[in-house]
Amino acid sequence: MVRGRIRMTCMIMTGTTMTRRVRVRALVPPGHVRAPAYLRGKTGVIERALGPFGNPEQLAYGLPAEKKPLYRVRFTMAELWGDRAERPEDTLDAEIYAHWLEEVPDHAP
Amino acid sequence: MPHDHHDHDHDHDHPHDHGLSPSGHPYRQDDDAPLTYWQRMEIAVRELLIEKGVTTAAEVAAQIDLMDSRSPANGAAVVARAWTDPAFKARLLENAGDASREMGFDIGPLHLIAVENTAQTHNLIVCTLCSCYPRNLLGLPPDWYKTRAYRSRAVREPRAVLAEFGLNLPDSTTIRVHDSTADMRYIVLPARPAGTDGWSEVDLATLVTRDSMIGTALPRSPQTVAQDG
Amino acid sequence: MGGDEAGPVPMDGHDFALWEKRVDALMVLCSSKGHFTVDGLRRALEDMGEDAFEKHSYYERWIAAVNQNLIEGGVYSLEELATRMEAVAQRGTTYGEAAHGARPHSHDVHDHDRHDHD
Repeated sequence: MVRGRIRMTCMIMTGTTMTRRVRVRALVPPGHVRAPAYLRGKTGVIERALGPFGNPEQLAYGLPAEKKPLYRVRFTMAELWGDRAERPEDTLDAEIYAHWLEEVPDHAP
Repeated sequence: MPHDHHDHDHDHDHPHDHGLSPSGHPYRQDDDAPLTYWQRMEIAVRELLIEKGVTTAAEVAAQIDLMDSRSPANGAAVVARAWTDPAFKARLLENAGDASREMGFDIGPLHLIAVENTAQTHNLIVCTLCSCYPRNLLGLPPDWYKTRAYRSRAVREPRAVLAEFGLNLPDSTTIRVHDSTADMRYIVLPARPAGTDGWSEVDLATLVTRDSMIGTALPRSPQTVAQDG
Repeated sequence: MGGDEAGPVPMDGHDFALWEKRVDALMVLCSSKGHFTVDGLRRALEDMGEDAFEKHSYYERWIAAVNQNLIEGGVYSLEELATRMEAVAQRGTTYGEAAHGARPHSHDVHDHDRHDHD
């Protein structure tokens, strides 16, 4: 997991796009977390890179914030809701910070 | 379609004059309602901020006026231009903030993304984390946008939510929901209605409703406009 | 909140009351002046818990969040707030009396420098 995340960060910094599939880390810390609960552990694709923005999890507590890369990630409704999806191919786009994403290799199930 | 609608006694003389709200109705007359804890807090916070030099009474009043001046008509003008000017539309889809500023709208530091409806794709905007909205372009969001029901269900069952708004989309249309979880704000670029060839930007803008730019409605059709007169 | 089950979307709207417009203005002004961010407001709103949604209106929650951030930022103290809220309550039983009462400058639109107040 950690190795995947480090590799993803390096890929983002070098701009390579060997794979665009990403999974939102399934962590559940207390306090203000920008990655919404309903997306944690879910896999999507990067729709576009948005550039660096101040880390909201630091800004939320009035702390100085480092800039972190922000991405729009696209998930299918099937991925999010399974059988309960109204139409599996409908999608949900959300903005997720890189530190909440880990790479999913293409060959992974 | 939701209305903003209140009937009130207007038999009091009020020293302040904030005119009409963006919906065209007088502000709800709360001056004679019982003072609530939270209203006391607002008054106290505002006075302390003024006394501490953080702001002034004039600045607060000016900010209220500025917010009042922002309305869906701004977004409608942007959409109407995109419908008539392909190069502008391309710029809008590339960077909606810059394109809006081109038209003279001061939207401040907002990062705005326009998402385009097509024959195959319909977009819907929500903010599950609070109620973020492209307010600097469109003004304040409608009450329903801020409800727990909308924010919970729009990401899970958008078609059921749209049906409550009277919009039923076929299975051949893909719905894309956009949750503004971070720094971006979104506006839907609706599809130009049929039967509007040769229409001016001003006339086209009359078809663009607030809800069509959020995604809970389609723009008005020329037939509807003809009926309404 | 996203993805939770919920009932039908309530469609009724309301015109904004002046005090609500003022809450909104204070939120915009204070964040633009760097006293807090949208992230701080979101965090304060979340910390209020789920039932804040049931018990309090949108702008009630927002003035609470704005106030929380301002106190954390040291703009004024909790004691100053409490004292002023009490003084406001003493001015009368309606918003009109409390807002226009002892502090005429809190309403008029002339520019003012800092005042000395006891």
